[in-house]
Amino acid sequence: MNYIFIFLILISFVCAIFNGKMDIVISEMFNAAKLAVEIAISLIGIMGFWLGIVNIAKKSGLMETISKIIKKPLIKIFPDIEDNPEAISNIALNISANALGLSNAATPFGIKAMENMQDKNPDKAHATNAMCTFLAINTAGFQIVPATVLAIVTASGMHNPTQIILPTLICTSVAFLSALFFAKILERYFE
Amino acid sequence: MIKFLNALSLYIIPLIIAIIFIHAIIKKTPSYEAFTQGAGEGFNIAVKIIPYLIAIMVAVATFRASGAIDILEKIFSPLLNYFKIPTENLIIMLTRSLSGSATLGVLADIIKQTGADSYASKLAAVITGSSETTFYVAAVYFGSIGIKKFRHALLAGILADITGIIVAVWVCSIFFL
Repeated sequence: MNYIFIFLILISFVCAIFNGKMDIVISEMFNAAKLAVEIAISLIGIMGFWLGIVNIAKKSGLMETISKIIKKPLIKIFPDIEDNPEAISNIALNISANALGLSNAATPFGIKAMENMQDKNPDKAHATNAMCTFLAINTAGFQIVPATVLAIVTASGMHNPTQIILPTLICTSVAFLSALFFAKILERYFE
Repeated sequence: MIKFLNALSLYIIPLIIAIIFIHAIIKKTPSYEAFTQGAGEGFNIAVKIIPYLIAIMVAVATFRASGAIDILEKIFSPLLNYFKIPTENLIIMLTRSLSGSATLGVLADIIKQTGADSYASKLAAVITGSSETTFYVAAVYFGSIGIKKFRHALLAGILADITGIIVAVWVCSIFFL
């Protein structure tokens, strides 16, 4: 992460000199810093709502029931969370919410799952294998119906907009599986 | 089909909430207390991810504004011609993993320039819909728990994005060309 962070910024400065865009780069840089805070603040309400709902499910024991049902297939993907029932159910809820296109609901579930995994992590600054696998499959953004994109192409007047659903589903499924595959292969080579 | 899907996404949220509430009533859980207690955490999480979001969004924004993508576009254009990929689509491939709002902006721009029914628009829509913004997801999820050593997580995510784009080009050429 250190290298990516430094590389992106330094490369940008070099390109900006060649393209004569230094003024735009500087203003965009500070705009982005401002935008980052605005995004985080705008998350508070939605995140709070879903975390409240999740907490009811946790207190009523529903989370435990879900985790029992889904445990077997999930611990094949995440072998190190076997003794962490809350992480199992939060991962299950995150994947199902993502699949249904409810990314607002998926994020709090995902963060909760990360917290559950962090509780059992001996080195708090260092990601575990399960965390990396979970992050990788989340970046693949598996969803059955791409609701946002569908709304955009429908609004723009594409004929028969549902034609993009099947190709998108194929691509996102392949991306999901390859994220899983790459995470499993690479975890042996990164300390 | 699209009506059914719209109805499904409309009723799925109330359905989830209703199931959780009914289960809580049966188990006699104090729902209001549990809700407010859980919701209180929303603020802490949002504040915790701020430094990570600033770092990643600043890096991505400088990269986009610097014109580095235009330089990459020149390098890649022979490859694009070979695979019959419209040049308009390169920018969306390069921004997909970096910025969600930029990707939606580029998609809208491609639709405006080439028309909603063009091959470029369909390919761009499939690429946008089939992935998440890898860098943003990493900042939010690892930021919320203070992970600093990402190990292979980003690399796996980016390799999966690249695989997704290759498949998108191939699948779209079968479906739409």
